[in-house]
Amino acid sequence: MLDTKLGEEELRRIVREEIAAALKKDPAARKAAIIASKGTLDWAYPPLILSTAAAASGMEVAVFFTFYGLNVIHKDFERKLKVSPVGNPGMPMPVPVPDIVGALPGMTGMATAMMKSMFRKKNVAGIAELIDVARESGVRLIACQMTMEVFGYEADDFVAGVEFGGAAAFLSTARRAHLTLFI
Amino acid sequence: MAEIQDDEVLDASGLSCPMPVVRAAQAMRGLAPGQVLRIVATDRGSLADIPAWAEDTGNELLDTRDEGGRLVFFVRKGSE
Repeated sequence: MLDTKLGEEELRRIVREEIAAALKKDPAARKAAIIASKGTLDWAYPPLILSTAAAASGMEVAVFFTFYGLNVIHKDFERKLKVSPVGNPGMPMPVPVPDIVGALPGMTGMATAMMKSMFRKKNVAGIAELIDVARESGVRLIACQMTMEVFGYEADDFVAGVEFGGAAAFLSTARRAHLTLFI
Repeated sequence: MAEIQDDEVLDASGLSCPMPVVRAAQAMRGLAPGQVLRIVATDRGSLADIPAWAEDTGNELLDTRDEGGRLVFFVRKGSE
């Protein structure tokens, strides 16, 4: 035990205040910059889950959606986000599905429906709910302007509240954030 | 052990990661510093997530109970 006249309560208070003071001196500890580069249903989850959890933990979060990641914030994400068993041996299937079978018409739709149903059964929030939570909790959703133009998307193609930017904008945010992730 | 008095209860039963901490953060906003939020969750990941969230947000985890899979957390709001 510490040789002190302070009570436990008071010690805890001092420790909390010291941590808060240290964090204030280092604003980067409260900032996160995430790149979301993948456009499948399974990979839509990690950036949304991590960004909403980070916002709930008091962080300022910016997520940059680039290349196929643009699917996640596209107005039509419900139809665009799919998952395929092809080339994805990690995907749990009721029976093993060889790539040559997974490549048959309809298999992607089946695998997508199966994953959605698995997630629903476990009460995992859907993509729509996670996007809503992200926006409500102040997560900045930023679409990569260059890939948007390459894929022929317009600003109106994305959900409300999306911002637009490029590599320099991401780097400027990332260099001021301790937490940076490429997903 | 004496019963901890709560000021607000959040039922996050059935919710999966990240929703228990998202809802906890929302519920905490309505409390005054020093008040206690009781969080009920069934997601086992909450055993790691709620303590981490409490620490990161300057709130104090007073107690954790596992009542046969029903996880109960008492978190006191910090002075931010």
